[in-house]
Amino acid sequence: MLTAQLDSAPALLRRVEAAGLRGRGGAGFPLARKLRAVRDAGLAAGLAPVTVANGEEGEPGSVKDKYLLRQRPHEVLDGLTLAARMVGAGHAYVYVSDPVSAAAVTAAVRSRTDPLGIEVIEVEHAYVAGEESAVVRRIDGGPALPTAKPPRPFERGVGGAPTLVSNVETLARLAALARGERTDRLLLTVSGAGLLPRLYEVPEGMALGELVRVHLGDTRPRGLMLRGLMLGGLAGGIHTPAILPAPLSFDSLAAAGAALGCGAIHLIGPDQCPVAVVRDALSYLAEQSARQCGVCVTGTSRLAATMTKAAQGVATAADLDALERWAVMLPGRGACGLLDAAARLAGSLTVSFPGALAAHMAGPCAGPCAGCTQARGSIAVPVVPRTAEKVPT
Amino acid sequence: MNLSLDPTRCQGYGLCAEAFTAIELDEFGYAVQRRLPLADADLDAARAAVAACPNSALRIEK
Repeated sequence: MLTAQLDSAPALLRRVEAAGLRGRGGAGFPLARKLRAVRDAGLAAGLAPVTVANGEEGEPGSVKDKYLLRQRPHEVLDGLTLAARMVGAGHAYVYVSDPVSAAAVTAAVRSRTDPLGIEVIEVEHAYVAGEESAVVRRIDGGPALPTAKPPRPFERGVGGAPTLVSNVETLARLAALARGERTDRLLLTVSGAGLLPRLYEVPEGMALGELVRVHLGDTRPRGLMLRGLMLGGLAGGIHTPAILPAPLSFDSLAAAGAALGCGAIHLIGPDQCPVAVVRDALSYLAEQSARQCGVCVTGTSRLAATMTKAAQGVATAADLDALERWAVMLPGRGACGLLDAAARLAGSLTVSFPGALAAHMAGPCAGPCAGCTQARGSIAVPVVPRTAEKVPT
Repeated sequence: MNLSLDPTRCQGYGLCAEAFTAIELDEFGYAVQRRLPLADADLDAARAAVAACPNSALRIEK
């Protein structure tokens, strides 16, 4: 199955570096740097590192990892095996919450003859359960909750050993690289706007608007059908259609004030209110707080409550000031990124849709928006498809 | 040396900021700095802050 068996680990590491392969779990961290850090930490500590394929796709709007584990588990396992060899790991895990993914990958592990021991660890789904320190804590027998950093898992992870926690798409790309294939492809989940969610595989650098046009399935001018978008999952903020010309890549979207994150794109249709959409997302994040960090418990609940008041049209000017203040004050304060996501969402609404927030001072949306007056909506969870649609075809 | 904060432990008692005035509290009462560089002259106050936290959220690290 692996054509890269003949490639030495250092040679493959150089190819990973040259290809600029970055993590697809959300942070976009350069894979070569992570592999090297884990390998070197293992050598320094005299401990065999551990590798983990992280398939606990905590982001509700993303299905790419579940798709890979269900439909292409051997690509993930090939990548895991290669990564383990590159860091000198003796043991590897696949960490997953989706039961169908767990069954598929367990069957795939049994069918292989890798010398590497691969164990499948199942965890209950939660937004923070896939955060790397939560992964380590759960594999070590604890709850799947984040811990304070440092130490990071690459320094001290599973059983105290330096640990590589790598997203399953990242590992599948590593396997593709070893086979001599291109790695500048992205798996993206597009949902929202009342349309059927779809999973796409696109070349990195394609304009976001091009993908959206394909998804909307018509040739009308870009942006016409949209009021806005949430990019990069709940952590990436809410944006107006002005973002559509931006190329789909980590750096381009970051430069445009957005984020590629885990590749989840949620469209906001013309009949949806961005204030209500953000309220729903903040309510979800407040519920998903691990309730460890006091500042997260208080911060997410205050953000959600204040945005709920705004959507209902009963927020005061002081409430809107508080949203802007918290958006600056709260990032970086929690043990994981959940509080950052909530703060960024609130802040991005004040920047991208100041008019919508101001309009709610006079009451909830009139006209087509039904979302404002509801207590709250739910966060849609797309069905996992059997295929990823290649764009351009 | 640094004074480091474990945010999973900080519950906003605020006693640290009384012991060591360099520690800022946010409007909810939680300690703000994750890692506060310490001068030698700060050490006694930093140790008092560590001792004051009912939840052991602070630690002095080299």
